[in-house]
Amino acid sequence: MGAGHAHPLHLLRESPVHRLAPEVKIAAVLFFTIIVVITPRTEFWAFGGYLVLLVAVAVAARVPALWLAKRATIELPFVLLAVALPFFGQGERITWLGMSLSVDGLHGAWNIFAKGTLGVLASLLLAATTTMRDLILGLDRLRCPAVFTQIATFMLRYLDVLADDARRMRIARLARGYDPRFLWQVKAFAVSVGSLFLRAYERGERVYLAMVARGYQGRLPRPADDRAPTSQWLAAAALPAATAGIALAAALG
Amino acid sequence: MDTTAMHIANGIVNGPVSAIFAVFAVVALAFCVRKARADLDDRLAPMAGLVAAFIFAVQMLNFQVLPGVSGHLLGGTLAVILVGPWVGALCVSTVLIVQCLLFADGGLTAIGLNITNMALLGTAAGYLLVVVLLRFLPKTPAGLAATALIASIISVVIASQGFVLEYALGGTTELSLPWVSGTMAGVHLLIGIGEGVIAATTVATVARVRPDLVYALRRFRKPLTVEVGAPA
Repeated sequence: MGAGHAHPLHLLRESPVHRLAPEVKIAAVLFFTIIVVITPRTEFWAFGGYLVLLVAVAVAARVPALWLAKRATIELPFVLLAVALPFFGQGERITWLGMSLSVDGLHGAWNIFAKGTLGVLASLLLAATTTMRDLILGLDRLRCPAVFTQIATFMLRYLDVLADDARRMRIARLARGYDPRFLWQVKAFAVSVGSLFLRAYERGERVYLAMVARGYQGRLPRPADDRAPTSQWLAAAALPAATAGIALAAALG
Repeated sequence: MDTTAMHIANGIVNGPVSAIFAVFAVVALAFCVRKARADLDDRLAPMAGLVAAFIFAVQMLNFQVLPGVSGHLLGGTLAVILVGPWVGALCVSTVLIVQCLLFADGGLTAIGLNITNMALLGTAAGYLLVVVLLRFLPKTPAGLAATALIASIISVVIASQGFVLEYALGGTTELSLPWVSGTMAGVHLLIGIGEGVIAATTVATVARVRPDLVYALRRFRKPLTVEVGAPA
């Protein structure tokens, strides 16, 4: 369990953003994303303003731009969708470089590209500055139902164990000459998925019994309730407040 | 790791429709929690947590579909066959929420849409199909495998049509809906076939080794009768 508590997107740094309590960061990212999504797509410069805000957060959190850019490729399928929109959109069309493009489709492409990228960057910044355990603690303090935080806690705690199980089974398969190239050669893989389920379920039963033996009655002890001080809420509120300011200025201007 | 998003991002479906589906997802999940408690009582948190970890781990395993093209399991139908619709829906939604927060996969404002499609619509369709199919097919590992194959393919396609419905209600760009629907159905039919083949082999394995763990077979279990024969 020693090294298993960081997740692939967490970036261990010492920064003011890392030190913020998780619940204020989750709330800030949520409000930021909501304001971005409801901003009308034709307020072009507002989106530039949002990007500047995220860059400021990234600088404060000491997250390198290249690190962000690499992980933002997760939204590539949607960028492809965005590229397709001007060709398949309906309504009024314009001709550009000999191609007939739909105006509505162009706006739609911009909409998906801008809002999708800003959302992914904000989520990446949250993930980079918050450990898994803290994220769940934050959700718990934001009054997320305990069933979910408990399931998520167990899931994350045992994810690495199961992933290691899966890795060992894969090495065992490879050692026995397994080399599938096509979907119909997938039987050995699927059989080991089945035995991974058995191992997971039986481990769950053992974990449950071990917990009962230690006095578990359907409720986990809550960690000490040290809520985030008001100063942290105010610091994190700077992001959604600035975002709302830009959105208002764009709507009025 | 080359992961690409399969989940709806921000800005594809407009704000009001996203909000309506978020409320719908919360209400439906609250109902699932109540039903899941009836299945697992105080075992719910550790067991559902381990099953969710299983789904998550399976999604991280890639397999070769064709040379150069790899895919991974979504696990919705697999989960409902093995642990039932309520726990299954809870586990898939936990996976989706964590993927959204920790891996930036799927937009934060689209979380209601993603849960509705994959955790609710996909698992509901999968479970109904399993219940109906098991009426006709033999209750053996082979019959269960055939059930898993058919239910996976159809439920993945139905889940993709959930997106089409949401896009029709609040899509941010006018597209011809039959085109969106056809493209989504076509792509997801291929995904569903891969999903189905693996889910079928997986449940057949589990049904051979620990048939008592397979939720879908529970209703058909006969009380154990012990035959005591004369010693030979």
